[in-house]
Amino acid sequence: MLTLKQLTKRYTTGDKALTSVSLEIPAGQVAALIGPSGAGKSTLIRCVNRLVEPTEGQVFLGDTELTGLSSRQLRRARRRMGMIFQEYALIDRLTVMENVLSGYLGYTGFWRSYFRRYPQPVVQQAFKLLQRVGLENFIDKRADALSGGQRQRVGIARALLQSPEILLVDEPTASLDPKTSRQIMRLIKELCVERQLAAIINIHDVQLAQLFADRIIGLRAGQLVFDGQPEQLDAEILTRIYGEEDWNHASESGDVEEVMDPSVSQNHAQVTLRAASV
Amino acid sequence: MTEHAERLQRAASGVWRRPPLIRDWRYRLALALAVLVYLVLASWSVEVNWTRVAEGASRGLNFLGAFLQPDFTSRWRDIQQGLLESLTMTLTSTVIGILLAIPVGIGAARNMAPLPIYLFCRSIIAISRTFQEVIIAILFVVMFGFGPLAGMITLAFATIGFMAKLLAEDIEDIDERQVEAIRATGGSWLQLMNYAVQPQVMPRLIGLSLYRLDINFRESAVIGIVGAGGIGATLNTSLSRYEYDTAAAVLLIIIGIVMMTEYLSGYVRKWVQ
Repeated sequence: MLTLKQLTKRYTTGDKALTSVSLEIPAGQVAALIGPSGAGKSTLIRCVNRLVEPTEGQVFLGDTELTGLSSRQLRRARRRMGMIFQEYALIDRLTVMENVLSGYLGYTGFWRSYFRRYPQPVVQQAFKLLQRVGLENFIDKRADALSGGQRQRVGIARALLQSPEILLVDEPTASLDPKTSRQIMRLIKELCVERQLAAIINIHDVQLAQLFADRIIGLRAGQLVFDGQPEQLDAEILTRIYGEEDWNHASESGDVEEVMDPSVSQNHAQVTLRAASV
Repeated sequence: MTEHAERLQRAASGVWRRPPLIRDWRYRLALALAVLVYLVLASWSVEVNWTRVAEGASRGLNFLGAFLQPDFTSRWRDIQQGLLESLTMTLTSTVIGILLAIPVGIGAARNMAPLPIYLFCRSIIAISRTFQEVIIAILFVVMFGFGPLAGMITLAFATIGFMAKLLAEDIEDIDERQVEAIRATGGSWLQLMNYAVQPQVMPRLIGLSLYRLDINFRESAVIGIVGAGGIGATLNTSLSRYEYDTAAAVLLIIIGIVMMTEYLSGYVRKWVQ
Protein backbone atom coordinates (compact mmCIF):
# COMPACT_ATOMS: atom_id res chain seq x y z
CA MET A 1 0.00 0.00 0.00
CA LEU A 2 2.54 2.55 1.17
CA THR A 3 6.20 2.04 0.49
CA LEU A 4 9.08 4.24 1.59
CA LYS A 5 12.43 3.63 -0.06
CA GLN A 6 15.57 5.07 1.45
CA LEU A 7 13.71 8.19 2.49
CA THR A 8 16.01 10.97 3.66
CA LYS A 9 15.20 14.48 4.75
CA ARG A 10 17.80 17.13 5.38
CA TYR A 11 16.49 20.55 6.39
CA THR A 12 18.08 23.64 4.89
CA THR A 13 19.53 24.35 8.31
CA GLY A 14 21.60 21.20 7.82
CA ASP A 15 19.75 19.12 10.38
CA LYS A 16 19.20 15.60 9.16
CA ALA A 17 15.68 14.65 10.21
CA LEU A 18 15.44 11.29 8.46
CA THR A 19 18.20 8.98 7.33
CA SER A 20 17.44 6.42 4.71
CA VAL A 21 14.19 5.09 6.11
CA SER A 22 12.62 2.16 4.26
CA LEU A 23 9.21 0.83 5.17
CA GLU A 24 6.27 -0.97 3.72
CA ILE A 25 2.79 -0.75 5.10
CA PRO A 26 0.18 -3.14 3.65
CA ALA A 27 -3.49 -2.19 3.28
CA GLY A 28 -5.46 -2.38 6.49
CA GLN A 29 -2.47 -2.23 8.80
CA VAL A 30 -2.30 0.24 11.65
CA ALA A 31 1.30 1.08 12.34
CA ALA A 32 2.35 3.17 15.32
CA LEU A 33 5.43 5.31 14.91
CA ILE A 34 7.11 5.89 18.24
CA GLY A 35 10.28 7.65 19.25
CA PRO A 36 11.58 10.56 21.29
CA SER A 37 10.73 14.16 20.44
CA GLY A 38 12.76 15.30 17.47
CA ALA A 39 13.25 11.77 16.18
CA GLY A 40 11.66 12.73 12.87
CA LYS A 41 8.21 11.20 13.34
CA SER A 42 6.32 14.27 12.14
CA THR A 43 8.78 14.77 9.32
CA LEU A 44 8.29 11.20 8.17
CA ILE A 45 4.52 11.54 8.03
CA ARG A 46 4.76 14.86 6.24
CA CYS A 47 7.22 13.49 3.72
CA VAL A 48 4.58 10.98 2.65
CA ASN A 49 2.06 13.59 1.46
CA ARG A 50 4.88 16.02 0.76
CA LEU A 51 3.84 18.75 3.13
CA VAL A 52 7.56 18.44 3.72
CA GLU A 53 9.65 17.78 0.59
CA PRO A 54 11.89 14.73 1.07
CA THR A 55 15.53 15.28 0.12
CA GLU A 56 16.23 11.81 -1.19
CA GLY A 57 14.43 8.53 -1.61
CA GLN A 58 11.03 7.53 -2.91
CA VAL A 59 7.52 7.21 -1.59
CA PHE A 60 4.99 4.99 -3.32
CA LEU A 61 1.28 4.96 -2.65
CA GLY A 62 0.07 1.85 -4.42
CA ASP A 63 1.69 2.18 -7.83
CA THR A 64 2.02 5.96 -7.74
CA GLU A 65 5.41 7.37 -6.98
CA LEU A 66 4.48 10.41 -4.90
CA THR A 67 7.98 11.84 -4.88
CA GLY A 68 7.97 12.44 -8.63
CA LEU A 69 4.58 14.12 -9.03
CA SER A 70 3.95 17.59 -10.38
CA SER A 71 2.04 19.87 -8.06
CA ARG A 72 -1.22 19.20 -9.87
CA GLN A 73 -0.75 15.44 -9.72
CA LEU A 74 0.32 15.75 -6.10
CA ARG A 75 -2.97 17.45 -5.24
CA ARG A 76 -4.84 14.54 -6.80
CA ALA A 77 -2.70 12.05 -4.91
CA ARG A 78 -3.24 13.88 -1.61
CA ARG A 79 -6.93 13.07 -1.84
CA ARG A 80 -6.01 9.45 -1.26
CA MET A 81 -4.24 10.27 2.01
CA GLY A 82 -6.28 11.52 4.94
CA MET A 83 -4.39 13.43 7.58
CA ILE A 84 -5.24 13.86 11.24
CA PHE A 85 -3.37 16.42 13.33
CA GLN A 86 -2.14 16.91 16.85
CA GLU A 87 -3.94 20.17 17.57
CA TYR A 88 -6.83 19.04 15.36
CA ALA A 89 -6.02 21.81 12.82
CA LEU A 90 -9.67 22.56 12.27
CA ILE A 91 -10.64 25.89 10.78
CA ASP A 92 -11.81 27.52 14.00
CA ARG A 93 -14.24 30.02 12.58
CA LEU A 94 -15.95 27.63 10.19
CA THR A 95 -18.80 25.35 11.17
CA VAL A 96 -18.33 21.68 11.92
CA MET A 97 -20.03 20.81 8.63
CA GLU A 98 -17.74 23.09 6.62
CA ASN A 99 -14.76 21.54 8.33
CA VAL A 100 -15.87 18.04 7.41
CA LEU A 101 -16.78 19.09 3.86
CA SER A 102 -13.32 20.60 3.44
CA GLY A 103 -12.17 16.98 3.18
CA TYR A 104 -13.80 17.02 -0.25
CA LEU A 105 -11.87 20.07 -1.51
CA GLY A 106 -9.51 17.98 -3.60
CA TYR A 107 -12.43 16.60 -5.60
CA THR A 108 -14.27 19.81 -6.30
CA GLY A 109 -13.80 23.04 -8.22
CA PHE A 110 -13.17 26.39 -6.58
CA TRP A 111 -16.56 28.04 -7.09
CA ARG A 112 -18.48 25.05 -5.83
CA SER A 113 -16.42 25.03 -2.66
CA TYR A 114 -16.53 28.82 -2.41
CA PHE A 115 -20.33 28.85 -2.32
CA ARG A 116 -20.38 25.67 -0.20
CA ARG A 117 -22.53 24.01 -2.83
CA TYR A 118 -21.32 20.47 -2.37
CA PRO A 119 -23.07 17.64 -4.24
CA GLN A 120 -25.91 16.13 -2.24
CA PRO A 121 -24.29 12.68 -1.87
CA VAL A 122 -21.19 14.34 -0.43
CA VAL A 123 -23.20 16.24 2.16
CA GLN A 124 -25.01 13.02 2.97
CA GLN A 125 -21.71 11.22 3.35
CA ALA A 126 -20.38 14.01 5.57
CA PHE A 127 -23.47 13.77 7.75
CA LYS A 128 -23.10 10.02 8.00
CA LEU A 129 -19.51 10.41 9.10
CA LEU A 130 -20.54 12.95 11.73
CA GLN A 131 -23.12 10.46 12.93
CA ARG A 132 -20.45 7.79 13.03
CA VAL A 133 -18.25 9.93 15.29
CA GLY A 134 -21.28 11.00 17.30
CA LEU A 135 -21.40 14.68 16.41
CA GLU A 136 -24.43 14.97 14.12
CA ASN A 137 -26.07 17.48 16.47
CA PHE A 138 -23.14 19.84 16.11
CA ILE A 139 -23.23 20.46 12.33
CA ASP A 140 -23.87 24.18 12.65
CA LYS A 141 -21.62 24.80 15.64
CA ARG A 142 -18.39 26.65 15.08
CA ALA A 143 -15.37 24.37 15.39
CA ASP A 144 -13.86 26.48 18.16
CA ALA A 145 -16.94 25.87 20.30
CA LEU A 146 -16.13 22.17 20.65
CA SER A 147 -14.04 20.36 23.23
CA GLY A 148 -10.71 18.77 22.35
CA GLY A 149 -12.06 15.28 21.88
CA GLN A 150 -14.97 16.52 19.79
CA ARG A 151 -12.63 18.55 17.62
CA GLN A 152 -10.43 15.57 16.99
CA ARG A 153 -13.49 13.58 15.93
CA VAL A 154 -14.36 16.32 13.45
CA GLY A 155 -10.76 16.07 12.23
CA ILE A 156 -11.22 12.35 11.75
CA ALA A 157 -14.48 12.84 9.84
CA ARG A 158 -12.76 15.39 7.60
CA ALA A 159 -9.97 12.96 6.81
CA LEU A 160 -12.45 10.17 6.06
CA LEU A 161 -14.54 12.29 3.70
CA GLN A 162 -11.54 12.21 1.38
CA SER A 163 -12.26 8.45 1.01
CA PRO A 164 -8.59 7.87 1.68
CA GLU A 165 -6.63 4.67 1.27
CA ILE A 166 -4.33 5.55 4.10
CA LEU A 167 -4.50 7.74 7.19
CA LEU A 168 -1.52 9.81 8.24
CA VAL A 169 -2.06 10.54 11.89
CA ASP A 170 0.21 12.99 13.69
CA GLU A 171 0.08 12.75 17.50
CA PRO A 172 -3.73 12.48 17.62
CA THR A 173 -3.85 12.33 21.41
CA ALA A 174 -1.09 14.69 22.48
CA SER A 175 -3.52 17.41 23.55
CA LEU A 176 -6.15 15.13 25.03
CA ASP A 177 -6.78 13.67 28.47
CA PRO A 178 -6.06 9.95 28.98
CA LYS A 179 -9.65 8.78 28.65
CA THR A 180 -10.40 10.83 25.54
CA SER A 181 -7.06 9.70 24.11
CA ARG A 182 -8.15 6.10 24.35
CA GLN A 183 -11.54 6.84 22.85
CA ILE A 184 -9.94 8.62 19.93
CA MET A 185 -7.40 5.86 19.36
CA ARG A 186 -10.13 3.25 19.56
CA LEU A 187 -12.21 5.19 17.05
CA ILE A 188 -9.31 5.47 14.62
CA LYS A 189 -8.57 1.78 15.00
CA GLU A 190 -12.20 0.78 14.46
CA LEU A 191 -12.53 2.98 11.40
CA CYS A 192 -9.36 1.50 9.94
CA VAL A 193 -10.75 -1.99 10.42
CA GLU A 194 -14.18 -1.05 9.02
CA ARG A 195 -12.75 0.53 5.92
CA GLN A 196 -9.64 -1.56 5.47
CA LEU A 197 -7.50 1.55 5.83
CA ALA A 198 -3.81 1.55 6.39
CA ALA A 199 -2.59 4.08 8.95
CA ILE A 200 0.64 5.48 10.27
CA ILE A 201 0.11 6.95 13.70
CA ASN A 202 2.74 9.10 15.35
CA ILE A 203 2.34 8.69 19.01
CA HIS A 204 4.50 9.27 22.03
CA ASP A 205 2.36 7.24 24.40
CA VAL A 206 3.86 3.77 24.20
CA GLN A 207 1.01 2.08 26.03
CA LEU A 208 -1.58 3.50 23.66
CA ALA A 209 0.56 2.42 20.75
CA GLN A 210 0.73 -1.12 22.12
CA LEU A 211 -2.99 -1.21 22.74
CA PHE A 212 -4.22 -0.06 19.38
CA ALA A 213 -1.55 -0.74 16.77
CA ASP A 214 -0.86 -3.88 14.75
CA ARG A 215 2.75 -2.91 14.36
CA ILE A 216 5.27 -0.70 16.10
CA ILE A 217 7.93 1.26 14.29
CA GLY A 218 10.64 2.86 16.41
CA LEU A 219 12.46 5.91 15.18
CA ARG A 220 15.46 7.45 16.85
CA ALA A 221 17.40 10.43 15.52
CA GLY A 222 15.91 9.92 12.08
CA GLN A 223 16.78 6.25 11.85
CA LEU A 224 14.64 3.17 11.95
CA VAL A 225 15.70 1.28 15.08
CA PHE A 226 12.78 -1.08 15.60
CA ASP A 227 10.06 -2.60 13.46
CA GLY A 228 7.95 -5.34 14.93
CA GLN A 229 4.91 -6.53 16.83
CA PRO A 230 3.53 -4.60 19.81
CA GLU A 231 4.17 -7.55 22.11
CA GLN A 232 7.85 -7.52 21.24
CA LEU A 233 8.38 -4.19 22.96
CA ASP A 234 10.45 -4.71 26.06
CA ALA A 235 12.86 -2.76 28.19
CA GLU A 236 15.76 -3.48 25.88
CA ILE A 237 13.91 -2.25 22.79
CA LEU A 238 12.53 0.81 24.54
CA THR A 239 16.08 1.67 25.54
CA ARG A 240 17.12 1.27 21.92
CA ILE A 241 14.40 3.71 20.88
CA TYR A 242 14.35 6.21 23.70
CA GLY A 243 17.64 5.76 25.51
CA GLU A 244 18.49 4.57 28.98
CA GLU A 245 15.72 4.61 31.57
CA ASP A 246 14.26 2.24 34.13
CA TRP A 247 11.49 0.91 31.88
CA ASN A 248 10.28 -1.62 34.39
CA HIS A 249 8.67 0.95 36.59
CA ALA A 250 5.80 2.89 35.10
CA SER A 251 5.85 5.32 37.99
CA GLU A 252 8.26 6.32 40.72
CA SER A 253 6.22 4.69 43.45
CA GLY A 254 6.07 1.51 41.44
CA ASP A 255 2.38 0.86 41.94
CA VAL A 256 1.71 0.20 38.27
CA GLU A 257 4.56 -2.15 38.08
CA GLU A 258 6.26 -4.01 35.34
CA VAL A 259 3.84 -3.09 32.60
CA MET A 260 6.74 -3.22 30.20
CA ASP A 261 8.28 -6.34 31.62
CA PRO A 262 8.78 -8.89 28.85
CA SER A 263 7.98 -11.70 31.28
CA VAL A 264 4.43 -10.45 31.59
CA SER A 265 2.54 -11.49 28.51
CA GLN A 266 1.15 -8.74 26.31
CA ASN A 267 -2.40 -9.97 26.83
CA HIS A 268 -1.97 -9.77 30.52
CA ALA A 269 -0.57 -6.26 30.28
CA GLN A 270 -3.50 -5.18 28.14
CA VAL A 271 -5.95 -6.60 30.58
CA THR A 272 -4.35 -4.71 33.44
CA LEU A 273 -4.32 -1.54 31.40
CA ARG A 274 -7.94 -1.88 30.41
CA ALA A 275 -8.88 -2.63 33.98
CA ALA A 276 -7.00 0.44 35.13
CA SER A 277 -8.86 2.65 32.69
CA VAL A 278 -12.35 1.66 33.77
CA MET B 1 35.70 34.89 39.37
CA THR B 2 33.50 35.24 36.32
CA GLU B 3 30.44 37.43 36.41
CA HIS B 4 28.18 34.42 35.98
CA ALA B 5 29.67 32.59 38.96
CA GLU B 6 29.36 35.77 40.97
CA ARG B 7 25.66 36.02 40.15
CA LEU B 8 25.15 32.39 41.08
CA GLN B 9 26.83 32.94 44.42
CA ARG B 10 24.77 36.03 45.18
CA ALA B 11 21.56 34.20 44.18
CA ALA B 12 22.50 31.38 46.54
CA SER B 13 22.74 33.91 49.36
CA GLY B 14 19.29 35.23 48.44
CA VAL B 15 20.16 38.35 46.43
CA TRP B 16 18.91 38.32 42.87
CA ARG B 17 18.22 41.15 40.43
CA ARG B 18 16.83 40.86 36.94
CA PRO B 19 19.74 40.98 34.46
CA PRO B 20 19.79 44.53 33.01
CA LEU B 21 19.35 45.10 29.28
CA ILE B 22 22.72 46.83 29.05
CA ARG B 23 25.24 44.92 31.12
CA ASP B 24 27.75 47.66 32.01
CA TRP B 25 26.40 50.35 34.36
CA ARG B 26 28.76 52.93 32.82
CA TYR B 27 27.12 52.47 29.41
CA ARG B 28 23.71 52.72 31.01
CA LEU B 29 24.61 56.00 32.69
CA ALA B 30 26.26 57.41 29.56
CA LEU B 31 23.23 56.58 27.45
CA ALA B 32 20.82 58.23 29.90
CA LEU B 33 23.02 61.34 30.06
CA ALA B 34 23.32 61.53 26.29
CA VAL B 35 19.54 61.46 25.87
CA LEU B 36 19.12 64.13 28.54
CA VAL B 37 21.75 66.42 27.00
CA TYR B 38 20.20 66.07 23.53
CA LEU B 39 16.76 66.87 24.91
CA VAL B 40 17.97 70.04 26.63
CA LEU B 41 19.95 71.24 23.60
CA ALA B 42 17.09 70.47 21.25
CA SER B 43 14.56 72.44 23.29
CA TRP B 44 16.99 75.36 23.48
CA SER B 45 17.35 75.40 19.71
CA VAL B 46 13.65 76.09 19.12
CA GLU B 47 13.13 79.83 18.95
CA VAL B 48 9.96 81.21 20.43
CA ASN B 49 8.74 84.68 19.52
CA TRP B 50 6.76 85.53 22.64
CA THR B 51 5.22 88.74 21.30
CA ARG B 52 3.84 86.77 18.33
CA VAL B 53 2.46 84.17 20.71
CA ALA B 54 0.71 86.85 22.73
CA GLU B 55 -0.82 88.29 19.57
CA GLY B 56 -1.86 84.90 18.25
CA ALA B 57 -3.37 83.85 21.55
CA SER B 58 -6.23 86.29 21.14
CA ARG B 59 -6.87 85.07 17.59
CA GLY B 60 -6.80 81.53 18.83
CA LEU B 61 -9.29 82.46 21.51
CA ASN B 62 -11.51 83.97 18.83
CA PHE B 63 -11.36 80.70 16.99
CA LEU B 64 -12.18 78.70 20.08
CA GLY B 65 -14.93 81.16 20.95
CA ALA B 66 -16.54 80.47 17.60
CA PHE B 67 -16.98 76.89 18.70
CA LEU B 68 -19.38 78.07 21.36
CA GLN B 69 -21.58 79.57 18.66
CA PRO B 70 -21.10 77.49 15.52
CA ASP B 71 -23.02 78.72 12.52
CA PHE B 72 -24.62 75.87 10.64
CA THR B 73 -27.17 77.93 8.72
CA SER B 74 -25.65 80.74 6.69
CA ARG B 75 -23.41 78.47 4.61
CA TRP B 76 -25.48 75.32 4.96
CA ARG B 77 -25.64 74.67 1.22
CA ASP B 78 -21.83 74.71 0.96
CA ILE B 79 -21.49 72.53 4.01
CA GLN B 80 -24.06 70.09 2.70
CA GLN B 81 -22.43 69.84 -0.70
CA GLY B 82 -18.97 69.40 0.80
CA LEU B 83 -20.24 66.79 3.18
CA LEU B 84 -21.92 64.77 0.46
CA GLU B 85 -18.81 64.97 -1.67
CA SER B 86 -16.68 63.85 1.23
CA LEU B 87 -18.91 60.93 2.11
CA THR B 88 -19.04 59.76 -1.51
CA MET B 89 -15.30 60.13 -1.80
CA THR B 90 -14.75 58.27 1.45
CA LEU B 91 -16.97 55.34 0.65
CA THR B 92 -15.88 54.81 -2.95
CA SER B 93 -12.19 55.22 -2.16
CA THR B 94 -12.42 52.80 0.76
CA VAL B 95 -14.19 50.13 -1.29
CA ILE B 96 -11.88 50.49 -4.29
CA GLY B 97 -8.81 50.68 -2.06
CA ILE B 98 -9.72 47.55 -0.13
CA LEU B 99 -10.57 45.55 -3.25
CA LEU B 100 -7.14 46.41 -4.64
CA ALA B 101 -5.43 45.91 -1.29
CA ILE B 102 -6.58 42.31 -0.87
CA PRO B 103 -4.56 40.82 -3.73
CA VAL B 104 -1.60 43.05 -2.89
CA GLY B 105 -1.83 42.02 0.76
CA ILE B 106 -1.92 38.31 -0.09
CA GLY B 107 1.03 38.78 -2.41
CA ALA B 108 2.93 40.62 0.31
CA ALA B 109 2.56 37.79 2.82
CA ARG B 110 5.79 35.83 2.79
CA ASN B 111 4.11 32.55 3.68
CA MET B 112 1.67 32.72 0.74
CA ALA B 113 3.58 34.22 -2.17
CA PRO B 114 6.81 33.30 -3.97
CA LEU B 115 9.67 35.77 -3.54
CA PRO B 116 9.32 37.82 -6.77
CA ILE B 117 5.61 38.47 -6.16
CA TYR B 118 6.34 39.20 -2.52
CA LEU B 119 8.94 41.82 -3.43
CA PHE B 120 6.67 43.38 -6.05
CA CYS B 121 3.73 43.69 -3.65
CA ARG B 122 5.92 44.94 -0.84
CA SER B 123 7.25 47.70 -3.09
CA ILE B 124 3.70 48.76 -3.98
CA ILE B 125 3.01 49.01 -0.26
CA ALA B 126 6.22 50.91 0.36
CA ILE B 127 5.44 53.46 -2.35
CA SER B 128 1.90 53.94 -1.14
CA ARG B 129 3.01 54.39 2.44
CA THR B 130 6.00 56.63 1.82
CA PHE B 131 3.94 59.58 0.64
CA GLN B 132 1.55 61.26 2.97
CA GLU B 133 -1.98 61.74 1.64
CA VAL B 134 -1.52 65.50 1.20
CA ILE B 135 1.47 65.04 -1.09
CA ILE B 136 -0.31 62.44 -3.20
CA ALA B 137 -3.38 64.68 -3.28
CA ILE B 138 -1.33 67.59 -4.66
CA LEU B 139 -0.02 65.30 -7.41
CA PHE B 140 -3.48 64.01 -8.32
CA VAL B 141 -5.00 67.50 -8.21
CA VAL B 142 -2.38 68.53 -10.73
CA MET B 143 -3.21 65.47 -12.86
CA PHE B 144 -7.01 65.43 -12.64
CA GLY B 145 -7.85 69.00 -11.70
CA PHE B 146 -9.63 70.31 -8.61
CA GLY B 147 -12.47 68.29 -7.18
CA PRO B 148 -13.45 65.03 -5.54
CA LEU B 149 -12.08 62.75 -8.27
CA ALA B 150 -8.52 63.64 -7.30
CA GLY B 151 -9.48 63.14 -3.67
CA MET B 152 -11.02 59.77 -4.30
CA ILE B 153 -8.00 58.46 -6.17
CA THR B 154 -5.69 59.80 -3.47
CA LEU B 155 -7.57 58.07 -0.71
CA ALA B 156 -7.89 54.82 -2.64
CA PHE B 157 -4.14 54.85 -3.24
CA ALA B 158 -3.39 55.50 0.41
CA THR B 159 -5.86 52.79 1.44
CA ILE B 160 -4.00 50.19 -0.61
CA GLY B 161 -0.76 50.72 1.28
CA PHE B 162 -2.41 50.78 4.68
CA MET B 163 -4.73 47.82 4.24
CA ALA B 164 -2.30 45.64 2.26
CA LYS B 165 0.43 46.04 4.85
CA LEU B 166 -1.77 45.17 7.80
CA LEU B 167 -3.48 42.36 5.92
CA ALA B 168 -0.13 40.89 4.91
CA GLU B 169 1.06 40.98 8.49
CA ASP B 170 -2.12 39.30 9.64
CA ILE B 171 -1.75 36.59 7.01
CA GLU B 172 1.85 36.01 8.08
CA ASP B 173 0.59 35.45 11.63
CA ILE B 174 -2.10 32.89 10.83
CA ASP B 175 -2.11 29.40 12.26
CA GLU B 176 -0.04 27.38 9.80
CA ARG B 177 -1.57 24.09 10.92
CA GLN B 178 -4.92 25.04 9.46
CA VAL B 179 -3.20 25.82 6.18
CA GLU B 180 -1.43 22.48 6.34
CA ALA B 181 -4.70 20.68 6.98
CA ILE B 182 -6.38 22.16 3.92
CA ARG B 183 -3.29 21.53 1.83
CA ALA B 184 -3.36 17.89 2.95
CA THR B 185 -6.88 17.44 1.59
CA GLY B 186 -5.61 18.19 -1.90
CA GLY B 187 -7.21 21.63 -2.09
CA SER B 188 -6.00 24.12 -4.69
CA TRP B 189 -4.35 27.45 -3.89
CA LEU B 190 -7.61 29.35 -4.20
CA GLN B 191 -9.37 26.86 -1.95
CA LEU B 192 -6.53 27.23 0.51
CA MET B 193 -7.13 30.98 0.54
CA ASN B 194 -10.87 30.57 0.91
CA TYR B 195 -10.85 27.86 3.58
CA ALA B 196 -7.66 28.23 5.57
CA VAL B 197 -6.71 31.89 5.28
CA GLN B 198 -9.92 33.87 4.85
CA PRO B 199 -11.69 32.65 8.01
CA GLN B 200 -8.61 33.48 10.04
CA VAL B 201 -8.11 37.03 8.77
CA MET B 202 -11.71 38.06 8.11
CA PRO B 203 -12.55 39.64 11.49
CA ARG B 204 -9.45 41.77 11.39
CA LEU B 205 -10.00 42.65 7.75
CA ILE B 206 -13.49 43.89 8.54
CA GLY B 207 -12.28 45.78 11.58
CA LEU B 208 -9.49 47.42 9.62
CA SER B 209 -11.83 48.30 6.76
CA LEU B 210 -14.11 50.18 9.12
CA TYR B 211 -11.11 51.85 10.72
CA ARG B 212 -9.86 52.86 7.30
CA LEU B 213 -13.31 54.20 6.45
CA ASP B 214 -13.11 56.65 9.28
CA ILE B 215 -9.48 57.54 8.53
CA ASN B 216 -10.49 58.25 4.93
CA PHE B 217 -13.26 60.53 6.11
CA ARG B 218 -10.87 62.50 8.29
CA GLU B 219 -8.29 62.61 5.51
CA SER B 220 -10.92 63.84 3.06
CA ALA B 221 -11.16 66.97 5.22
CA VAL B 222 -7.40 67.50 5.06
CA ILE B 223 -6.86 66.85 1.37
CA GLY B 224 -9.79 69.14 0.57
CA ILE B 225 -7.55 71.96 1.72
CA VAL B 226 -5.14 71.31 -1.15
CA GLY B 227 -7.98 71.25 -3.67
CA ALA B 228 -9.20 67.69 -3.67
CA GLY B 229 -12.81 68.66 -2.98
CA GLY B 230 -15.14 67.58 -0.23
CA ILE B 231 -15.74 69.01 3.20
CA GLY B 232 -12.09 70.08 3.36
CA ALA B 233 -12.68 72.53 0.57
CA THR B 234 -15.62 74.01 2.46
CA LEU B 235 -13.53 74.21 5.59
CA ASN B 236 -10.70 75.88 3.74
CA THR B 237 -12.99 78.46 2.17
CA SER B 238 -14.57 79.39 5.48
CA LEU B 239 -11.19 79.66 7.17
CA SER B 240 -9.79 81.91 4.47
CA ARG B 241 -12.86 84.13 4.79
CA TYR B 242 -12.28 84.29 8.58
CA GLU B 243 -15.74 82.76 9.08
CA TYR B 244 -14.69 80.86 12.15
CA ASP B 245 -18.27 80.14 13.17
CA THR B 246 -18.89 78.27 9.91
CA ALA B 247 -15.54 76.52 10.22
CA ALA B 248 -16.53 75.51 13.73
CA ALA B 249 -19.76 74.06 12.40
CA VAL B 250 -17.82 72.04 9.82
CA LEU B 251 -15.38 70.76 12.43
CA LEU B 252 -18.20 69.79 14.78
CA ILE B 253 -19.86 67.82 12.00
CA ILE B 254 -16.57 66.05 11.25
CA ILE B 255 -16.13 65.20 14.91
CA GLY B 256 -19.69 63.89 15.08
CA ILE B 257 -19.29 61.65 12.04
CA VAL B 258 -15.91 60.32 13.16
CA MET B 259 -17.31 59.49 16.57
CA MET B 260 -20.25 57.75 14.98
CA THR B 261 -18.07 55.55 12.76
CA GLU B 262 -15.80 54.87 15.73
CA TYR B 263 -18.70 53.60 17.77
CA LEU B 264 -20.11 51.64 14.85
CA SER B 265 -16.81 49.97 13.99
CA GLY B 266 -16.28 48.95 17.60
CA TYR B 267 -19.69 47.36 17.64
CA VAL B 268 -19.24 45.56 14.32
CA ARG B 269 -15.78 44.30 15.30
CA LYS B 270 -17.16 42.69 18.42
CA TRP B 271 -19.95 41.14 16.42
CA VAL B 272 -17.73 39.51 13.75
CA GLN B 273 -15.21 37.97 16.15
